[in-house]
Amino acid sequence: MHLCPTTRIPRGLPQTIGLARAVFAIAAISTSARAVIALTAPSTWARAVFAIAALFTLLQVDPVLAQAGTETGWINTDRTQALVLGIILTGAILLYVVLASAGRPLFIRKIAGLETVEEAVGRATEMGKPILYVPGLNDMDEVQTIASMNLLGHLATIIAGYDSRLHVPVRKSLVMSVARETVQQSYLSAGRPDAYQEDDIHYVSDAQFAYAAAVDGIIVREKPAACFYLGGFYAESLILAETGNSIGAIQIAGTARPPQLPFFVAACDYTLIGEELFAASAYLSKEPRMLGSLKGQDAGKGIAIVFILAGSALATLETVTGSESVRAFSEIVLWLFR
Amino acid sequence: MDVTLMLWIDAALTLMILSFLYRDNPFYKFAEHLFVGVSAAYLMAVGFWDHLVPNLLGKLFPSLMSGVVPGAVGRSPDYYYLIPAVFGLLLLTRLIDRWAWLSRWALAFIVGGAAGFNLPRFLDSDFIIQVQSTMIPLVVLDASGNLLWGASFSHVVLVLGVICGLVYFFFSVEHKGVLGHVSRAGIWVLMVTFGAAFGYTVMARISLLTGRMEALGAWLGSIF
Repeated sequence: MHLCPTTRIPRGLPQTIGLARAVFAIAAISTSARAVIALTAPSTWARAVFAIAALFTLLQVDPVLAQAGTETGWINTDRTQALVLGIILTGAILLYVVLASAGRPLFIRKIAGLETVEEAVGRATEMGKPILYVPGLNDMDEVQTIASMNLLGHLATIIAGYDSRLHVPVRKSLVMSVARETVQQSYLSAGRPDAYQEDDIHYVSDAQFAYAAAVDGIIVREKPAACFYLGGFYAESLILAETGNSIGAIQIAGTARPPQLPFFVAACDYTLIGEELFAASAYLSKEPRMLGSLKGQDAGKGIAIVFILAGSALATLETVTGSESVRAFSEIVLWLFR
Repeated sequence: MDVTLMLWIDAALTLMILSFLYRDNPFYKFAEHLFVGVSAAYLMAVGFWDHLVPNLLGKLFPSLMSGVVPGAVGRSPDYYYLIPAVFGLLLLTRLIDRWAWLSRWALAFIVGGAAGFNLPRFLDSDFIIQVQSTMIPLVVLDASGNLLWGASFSHVVLVLGVICGLVYFFFSVEHKGVLGHVSRAGIWVLMVTFGAAFGYTVMARISLLTGRMEALGAWLGSIF
């Protein structure tokens, strides 16, 4: 049996990146806390309590953070490159976010699979059939699932407008909670809170193939007009996509797990390949912060291309000439990736 | 349990699941519901005994848990674990409509923490190491300085393939002109890779089928 690997943070992660983990984790928690608490309890003391509790939990319970400061120190100079690159990349993202927020128009190229989302929902409405959304097998600690929840929110807003039925079977209890929150919020923003059906977003089983068997059963019995498979998938990807194909549903899939992409490409009408899954939220929402973030990531890809070309050219020169000065020069130029 | 009985149950459930290849039917439904129910219950019990007991209860009440958590004997309580315990309890507030909003705090912690933890990890494994591995010479020579054509071609394909693939994933520019051609080459690289991966995985799946067929063979062997 192909067992689904867990996505937990590896215990053996080098302690040397403890500082980076702490900084990013605290920043991310502060951001999400602001977003969530602003919706619920906007008082300052509540935010402070939350932030302190989060910080304490991270520092005391997380095995890497708890030991990082005491055993190896908070800064490992051997990994300065990672810190510099992190600053450059996050700096680029922040710069574009600021530009986008200031009203500067940012272009995003067409992503074929997303152009058909509305068409798929419209078709389901005309046929009087439900829409199936499978958010993958991973838990909320996986970025693909977070991206999938963003997409689910956009899709639910469209579905609420069309008055179709959305069915979301999930494998993880936390994903169920987040999916329910997301869909409820989307129905509310679409002005259709009455149409939200909590029971349509339900837990099935944590076991990979039990989940696949149940989703297959749902597909053949409910015959959804459109199936969305967006998130992290494993060996069950072809089983799901092939069953959906057999009932003639429009299928849109997306995952950042390379081993499963061939199956989705073969069995689905449209596939969001790798980073397209993460770009999809920005593409659909056109929200300045997401667009800015996408632009910043493109800057990262530009940096990667420049360094790959420079690195290959210098390595070739070094091989051909065998020169020590070329080697020394490339060491300086390519320091960032050494 | 009797081995013969186990063999019969194994064969019956395998046939019930395989019957889905024909169409949905009551036998498949039975096997599906049994699989979902048993696995959900089993994993809940595993989650409680393998995660909650050693990682939370064993830390907070080591003396009480010394019988079930081996490392807890003689350890003093670690009260920092009250914080995750409270976050865990906050998740359960979803069951009470009036307090359901409190569960968002725990969700915020999980989502934000996951994003933060993953960022440096992915920066290392999916960016720095990938770029490092692609900075290779386009010309490969052997010890006596002769050109190795195969290895050199392989290196050129690797570097160009990665660059074309990266260009395909540029979202902020229109894929027209030269960029359009490079991007198209990138999608070709991806599709060739997917084709190879598809074939490789199908071969691996055949071994899964072989395993099931062997189980059925053992069952038939016990009958005849």
